[in-house]
Amino acid sequence: MLTRVPRIAPSEITPPEIYFNRRTFLAGAVASAASASLPAGDAAPPSESALTYRRNPQYSVSEPPNRLEEIAGYNNFYEFGTDKESPGRYAHTLRTRPWSVTVQGEAEVRGRFNLEDLLKGQALEERIYRFRCVEAWSLVVPWVGFPLSDLLARFKPTSGAKYVEFTTLYDPAQMPGQRSRVLNWPYVEGLRIDEAMHPLALMVVGLYGRVLPNQDGAPLRLIVPWKYGFKSIKSIVQIRFSARQPDTAWNVAAPQEYGFYANVNPQVDHPRWSQASERRIGAPFLAARQPTLPFNGYAAQVASLYQGMDLRRYF
Amino acid sequence: MNITQRYRYLYKPLLFVAGVAPLAWMICGALQLFGASLGADPVKRLEHECGKTALNFLLLTLTVTPVRELGGLPQLLRLRRMLGLFAFFYAVVHFTVYLVLDLELNLRLLGADIAKRPYITIGFSALLLLLPLALTSTNGMMRRLGGRWHRLHRLIYPIAALAVWHFYWQVKRDVREPLLYVGMLALLLAYRLLRWRARGAARAVPAMGPAARLTSRSGSATAPERT
Repeated sequence: MLTRVPRIAPSEITPPEIYFNRRTFLAGAVASAASASLPAGDAAPPSESALTYRRNPQYSVSEPPNRLEEIAGYNNFYEFGTDKESPGRYAHTLRTRPWSVTVQGEAEVRGRFNLEDLLKGQALEERIYRFRCVEAWSLVVPWVGFPLSDLLARFKPTSGAKYVEFTTLYDPAQMPGQRSRVLNWPYVEGLRIDEAMHPLALMVVGLYGRVLPNQDGAPLRLIVPWKYGFKSIKSIVQIRFSARQPDTAWNVAAPQEYGFYANVNPQVDHPRWSQASERRIGAPFLAARQPTLPFNGYAAQVASLYQGMDLRRYF
Repeated sequence: MNITQRYRYLYKPLLFVAGVAPLAWMICGALQLFGASLGADPVKRLEHECGKTALNFLLLTLTVTPVRELGGLPQLLRLRRMLGLFAFFYAVVHFTVYLVLDLELNLRLLGADIAKRPYITIGFSALLLLLPLALTSTNGMMRRLGGRWHRLHRLIYPIAALAVWHFYWQVKRDVREPLLYVGMLALLLAYRLLRWRARGAARAVPAMGPAARLTSRSGSATAPERT
């Protein structure tokens, strides 16, 4: 087994208060989610961006989480440019309040909902998940959110709902990266309904106990830890239940390279690079490369979802 | 200073400093000096920067001939060897960063990558092909090889094509930058093609006489000029 030394002394880690205070533009975004989760009558919180949540020890990993600077400074969010640093630099143009989510399709409860209303009374928990990008790098992230199944159940999906489709905001004024046609905008992702209802699938509103930084997909994003990162869609404005498999952004862009399922699988290489191993961002010098685990280490929980499926074909 | 002295004492040292600058910047980034930073994934950043710097020098090497011919600057040839050697140097650093920092000296991974990943096969071939060019870049080797030196050094064309292809192929989706390189290389190669055809035409027209042929050939460096 790999033994890991802590990669950074706790004293060197920027306290989240300082990190977030540098980004005062978050303040607006913050209030919505914070007010949704803070008990009524609470005095002003120490920082507007602080979320009320409990740590869920059931969902944790043995590896140390990445630093906030890494998680918020190394992003694939093409809506703000294709460089890893661009989202951190430009995502401040995203207005996360007011924010609404439209629910459509095979569900009894449809319509347009304010995010604040959706989050009202929703208990938040922190889960530390591995995050594996299809580009063969990985992070460990302490997300704050709630099970996706909690949210979806409220809309009472009908028996016709075989899939769930998520859509990211489309607004080139706020998301300047959408002015170039690197992908078909808006970004669309989707899950089979049983995947979506799996307890590991998480709706995320925070990171390190605070409201999600814009570049990490504020104000509402998906995290599906056993799939490649591109499945975990950011800044969601629409949820649609449907009978047929959604046309998802990367699958449409390059179907031979990015499948609909996109489960992390060290046995099935990307046509142009190996998926057998990954490099952990921020890991010590010459100790960053590590073997990739089937389903990103969540095989015990999720492998049964794919029983009898040829995972080479449905990559 | 006459022109030879100017090249020896001014232009060449300046070019050397310019050639070392990207490396110096990367070292500052790695050590976080002078506000330079390599971001959250310094290994990938180093890998990309070295690769792109190698590619830049490769294309600059190919720009020498058109500029000296079109701009009437025959002396420019004196800088070409250094440009080519910087391309080789950065290609070697690029490969070293990939092998040591990215693959962490896992030779099994290296073998699998070279055998199975077309873009790495291509990049590795380009590096191997650069090796004989770097080794025969000395005055002594030029003298010893004579006319064969030129034939050997035409390898620069397939090398540049492989290097640009290597860049294009490893990009996930946003191919705008690699396409820019494809365009620049296409221009540089088109210039050679046109010149070669013009020369063929000149040879086919006897009226132009041997003098015309000589002038048109003078730019193509029939004998390596010592620098």
